[in-house]
Amino acid sequence: MDVLNFIIQQTMYFSIPLLVVALGAMFSERSGIINIAMEGIMIMGAFTSIFFINISSKMGMAGQLQLVLAILIAAATGIIFSLFHAYASISMKADQTISGTALNMFAPAFAIFIARVIQGIQQVQFTNTFRITNETLANIPIIGAMFFDEAYITTYLGFIILIVSVFVLYKTKFGLRLRACGENPHAADAAGINVHKMQYAGVIISGALGGLGGLIFVVPTSVNFNADVSGYGFLAIAVLIFGQWNPVKILGASLFFGVMKAISASYSSIPLLAGLGISSYFYKMVPYIVTLIVLIFTSRNSRAPKAEGIPFDKGQR
Amino acid sequence: MADKKAAKAKKSNIGFLSSIFAILIGLLVGFVILLICNPSQALPGFLTIITGSFTHGAKGVGQIFYYATPIILTGLSVGFAFNTGLFNIGASGQFMVGSLGAVIIGILAKDLGPIQWVVALLGGMALGMLWGAVPGLLKAYFNVNEVIASIMMNYIGMYSTNWIVKSSPALFNALRNESKNVAATANIPKMGLDKLFPGSSLNGGFIIAVLAIVIIWVILYKTNLGFELKACGHNRFAAKYAGINEKKNIMLAMMIAGALSGLAGAIVMLSGTGAHIKIVDVVAGEGFTGISVALLGLSHPFGILASAIFIAYLTAGGFYLQLFEFSTEIIDIIVAVIIYFSAFSLIVKILINKFKQRKNDKAAAIANANAEPGTEDKEGGNK
Repeated sequence: MDVLNFIIQQTMYFSIPLLVVALGAMFSERSGIINIAMEGIMIMGAFTSIFFINISSKMGMAGQLQLVLAILIAAATGIIFSLFHAYASISMKADQTISGTALNMFAPAFAIFIARVIQGIQQVQFTNTFRITNETLANIPIIGAMFFDEAYITTYLGFIILIVSVFVLYKTKFGLRLRACGENPHAADAAGINVHKMQYAGVIISGALGGLGGLIFVVPTSVNFNADVSGYGFLAIAVLIFGQWNPVKILGASLFFGVMKAISASYSSIPLLAGLGISSYFYKMVPYIVTLIVLIFTSRNSRAPKAEGIPFDKGQR
Repeated sequence: MADKKAAKAKKSNIGFLSSIFAILIGLLVGFVILLICNPSQALPGFLTIITGSFTHGAKGVGQIFYYATPIILTGLSVGFAFNTGLFNIGASGQFMVGSLGAVIIGILAKDLGPIQWVVALLGGMALGMLWGAVPGLLKAYFNVNEVIASIMMNYIGMYSTNWIVKSSPALFNALRNESKNVAATANIPKMGLDKLFPGSSLNGGFIIAVLAIVIIWVILYKTNLGFELKACGHNRFAAKYAGINEKKNIMLAMMIAGALSGLAGAIVMLSGTGAHIKIVDVVAGEGFTGISVALLGLSHPFGILASAIFIAYLTAGGFYLQLFEFSTEIIDIIVAVIIYFSAFSLIVKILINKFKQRKNDKAAAIANANAEPGTEDKEGGNK
């Protein structure tokens, strides 16, 4: 039972950032802008917010208020950084993959450079004072391990973001317009929707969630930030496609990836799997291989937004 | 015919200008960041980036070419795929399995003697080709986006490379957590470059890379295959309509691109400078630098050669930067800004057109004024 609880707990640490970042990328892609820069956005968001935790801890700050402030800083950083992508790909009609690649390259270099300038070393240390454990509720099977045993408020936040995303995307005027811009921007334009504005909104949301996702990923799984989020930005894009651009399916995909990650990180303490003697590299590879296989079966009738990646030009027909 | 040529020249001119524009902005941003972080050292630091690699004579220049070798090939890999309308973000994975192939043959196949390095290079190319073939196959027959498939292949390549090296006692040096040394006969011969650039790590790999540039140029611009590949890049469906087997071409393009990146990985491992496969879960950076190289070189083989040498020159300059209190990441920042702005070719086009229009307007106004000095007032009055 302890092993199961441990895996569930680990799964949440890996799944929630994937969920949040993939939902962010979903808003961008649903508006028609490919945002391959999620990795870079995560790094920037994690960098500033972890730095904030580092500094404010020295001033005696700790606990949930500190984490909430860090969340706001991470989201704000993500928004600012994503605006570069928005400006290039929407206003300048640049190639979206190129602009995203540039941002991905910029972020880790920037984080290392600035960290070295400010504190001499590139790792930003932080003290984790954010775990929540509720002794009575933690005993509930499965749910207890998910939400009440060494959990973080970011876990709850992840599920809130999911619910809000579903509501916004499918039940509001904004969501309908956003989806229209991703499917057929010219029709949306003819209907009086400001396509560029909607696309900016999509990219900005992806920036906020991407920055937040960076923080959520680093806090439970590490004790310092080393300008790296282990390729989670790219993995989140895989989750998005695996989840066919649909928020609920994205939850399923991120849970699947999270379980595989948790197993690869802790398989040696699981008697059943340790007995099989399969290398941890196998479990590390499985999510990527499964994604490839799923892509083979789903790409023929892909649910990808139709106008994705094509710069919107009013004059074009 | 002459018009077409002129138009083509103009187009590549604008591309060239926008690259120069991007480079200038990138350097400017780099300088400003240095200035903000440490005003007193900014100028000498910046000058070190620009001139550092020339202050060490032939050795310094040799080092530039040495650093350029792998990114010429990964750049060529990405650029070649761009020409076919494919984005090969998987150069990193192909690079890693390429180094795996070279290391396996370089360590185990000692019996091959003097041709061991050739076989090891071919082995690296073959594995890289296989890694490129997967996204190509998925793209051609299952309509899978090659960007996502390549990203997946990067991670699969990284983990399987580490897995294979780590689980084989013949390949793994447990003490240093990396692959063992390759046999002496597996190192690429210097091909006389050590006499030309004494003291540098330059080896025959550079000559192989330049040969690859020429071969890819011939394929792209002088053969039917190249024409078909480019036709698929411009419009896959039009190419199909014209009777080109677009599925075969997509496969072929990704396989050639993969082989080039695999060759890059193999050359690094066989350069005789103590390179090993390190067992860390990090995707190789050379592949991503290859993307920058291809973008900056406008995906033309000779442009790629020039931009790879340029980025290697900045990187080499960056090493001397450690004399000051700056870390070498500033080079990555500069390159990232350059790539960001090279995506902006539109700005340059608009600026050039505006400039031309103003020039034309002026010329027209002068011509008007000269030709019919009397009628101008009347026309102005009518409006």
